[in-house]
Amino acid sequence: MGPVLAGVLQLLALIAALALAYAPLGNHMAKVYSSDRHWRVEKWIYKGIGADPDTEMRWTAYLRGVLAFSVVGVLFLYALQRLQGVLPGSLGFSAIDPDQAFNTAVSFVTNTNWQSYYGEQAMGHVVQTAGLAVQNFVSAAVGIAVAVALVRGFARSRTGELGNFWADLVRGVVRILVPLAAVAAVVLVACGAIQNFSGIHEVGQFTGGSQQWNGGAVASQEAIKEIGTNGGGYFNANSAHPFENPTPFSNLFEIFLILVIPFALTRTFGLMVGSVKQGYAILATMATIWVGFVALMMWTEFAHHGPAFDIAGGAYEGKEVRFGVGSSAIFATSTTLTSTGAVDSFHSSFTGLGGGITMLGMMLGEIAPGGTGSGLYGMLIMAIIAVFIAGLMVGRTPEYLGKKIGTREIKLAACYILVTPALVLIFTAFAMALPTPANSMTNSGAHGFSEILYAYTSASNNNGSAFAGLNADTQWFNSTLGLCMLLGRFVPMVFVLALAGSLAEQKPVPATAGTLRTEKPLFTGLLVGAILIITGLTYFPALALGPLAEGLAS
Amino acid sequence: MNNSVVNTGRLLGAGLRALLVLTLLTGVVYPLAVTGVAQALFTNKANGSEIKADGKVVGSSLIGQQGYSLDYFQPRPANGLGVNSVNTQYRLILSGATNRSADNPELIKWVREAKAKVVKDNSTADYKVEPAQVPADAVTSSGSGLDPNISPQYADIQVHRVAEKNGLPVAEVRKLVDEHTEGRTLGFIGEPRVNVLELNIALRELTKGS
Repeated sequence: MGPVLAGVLQLLALIAALALAYAPLGNHMAKVYSSDRHWRVEKWIYKGIGADPDTEMRWTAYLRGVLAFSVVGVLFLYALQRLQGVLPGSLGFSAIDPDQAFNTAVSFVTNTNWQSYYGEQAMGHVVQTAGLAVQNFVSAAVGIAVAVALVRGFARSRTGELGNFWADLVRGVVRILVPLAAVAAVVLVACGAIQNFSGIHEVGQFTGGSQQWNGGAVASQEAIKEIGTNGGGYFNANSAHPFENPTPFSNLFEIFLILVIPFALTRTFGLMVGSVKQGYAILATMATIWVGFVALMMWTEFAHHGPAFDIAGGAYEGKEVRFGVGSSAIFATSTTLTSTGAVDSFHSSFTGLGGGITMLGMMLGEIAPGGTGSGLYGMLIMAIIAVFIAGLMVGRTPEYLGKKIGTREIKLAACYILVTPALVLIFTAFAMALPTPANSMTNSGAHGFSEILYAYTSASNNNGSAFAGLNADTQWFNSTLGLCMLLGRFVPMVFVLALAGSLAEQKPVPATAGTLRTEKPLFTGLLVGAILIITGLTYFPALALGPLAEGLAS
Repeated sequence: MNNSVVNTGRLLGAGLRALLVLTLLTGVVYPLAVTGVAQALFTNKANGSEIKADGKVVGSSLIGQQGYSLDYFQPRPANGLGVNSVNTQYRLILSGATNRSADNPELIKWVREAKAKVVKDNSTADYKVEPAQVPADAVTSSGSGLDPNISPQYADIQVHRVAEKNGLPVAEVRKLVDEHTEGRTLGFIGEPRVNVLELNIALRELTKGS
């Protein structure tokens, strides 16, 4: 069997596994967010918070909950890093500098997991396990909560009520993320991922001398890092590090974990709005883009155009032998089409076009299938844009899922899709125009520009992967990328929740012969087209200067 | 006192309590429970898959090592590997890739030199390695810099050199490589590979025996 066929078979196996998990997990999540029963452990947690989980919230109250929880999260994680030097159980590692601590705190709270630090030399057990890994759970749960609030906006009528943020947050953690992560972590340990609390480990070498590495709760963090589409590695090499991702099977399993919740949420959405077919249409849109991108990525990586790869005879720079080109291509595409940003191979050393595909995946807004929760709400915003475009063509007020898309709704959706492109393009322009930021580039020319464009794209879209040649641990990048992550996460959330509130207040419009059938393949086609065209028009000039120029030159 | 300030304070208090309770669950109970299960069921793996030779720990079967003499099988290049620059009371391996792009002059130079070296090192009196035989993994750095494996092709072109250096028959060394070649998992997952450390440990056993 050749590597190309093996790559295709791995893709098919992955699709089969995702298909098997789709209905059970989607059904489970729908039940989690619709049930009015509380588990005993949840009741203890609500008592600890001092919140009544049965109080319904309007969108403004829901948003205040999200923001308060996130602000506290940033401050807590910042303090934990600044105090690392005096925290017990931290291997004697020193405190993190203020700008890097700010960047990292924001990064993990916003589900971005951009890392300007080297995990193995900077972060001790307490910060990793009780700080970073905790945000891996709760930032994912916040994402799902906001998505569920939007879905309730579609499902409910004549009320402004969107549910209770604390209940949605706690249930997401307790009933979905912790059980999945616990099982996944044990599977990863069985493959060889480490899981211990030992200190610095000194191990003899074959050729004499010794090497030192730090132990840690790696498997437990790796599991939620993928399931929560977070992506922050325990070690600098992220999922390329053999202790995080030891075998070909663990690699495929990690890709599965990245994709399973975002895809299954379309089922949850379908059930909650009372039509699983509407969920299938969204799923089909996500799957079409994802499969298309994976195919393109495999093609360009196997073709390996580029001077260094021509000499080497393959695009193996930055890739591990055990994964090979095929599953590295699947991983890279999946991590950038979700908000994950974990890497099992280094995107900066992909072919010019391959690097461009990873960037374009993020520029689409990470909606195919996108981050946990954020993928679904991002895609539903695009669906609203698509029905609006269709409505313009035939000259009638657009509707989606029985709700009128009026002036207020379309304004909110339009504002949503403007936020991240504005952040990416404005900050990239500033970084290129100012004299010093460009000093951080490792590569020059088109690829150097790509490093900076990639960084702002990754931060603003809350992805977290990097063209890691860029030395991002400078005050300029730590601060501006931190700002991009904050604004790129929470400003869109404001629009999503405002939209949810406005939809929930409407009374449903009965479907007529003139209603656009949004559960049909025609709509899926329209939606895919709208996504690609809007993104293409926004980013084409920037992409032409970077990856396209590089890809066409080789 | 302003009403909204009081409300904001109350809300932030709730946020803090929520964070602390969830930290207890996901940052203390969860990792400890997983560690307990992992240590009970997979003790060796959970602690880094350490591997012994002559009764001494000589590394982890998952972590590639550099610095083998030409008597042994060579690993992939690791130009992205570093040592720690902070907390320098330790000497930690810093995993990482080169992050050089395909048109980066430095990478082109590294690949070209690595290729020439692989050809030169592995050509013996009666065996000539052709540049076209050298697989891509032999001349490129991995993502982690710690890749424990090489491709069977790269192991294969090293067989003659290793046999000659150790005074072993070529067939015997080739058999050793075959025994240490792992195919794709279930026939299609990942790529075939040879674990360099395990192979070299077995090679040392063999040379000691003969």
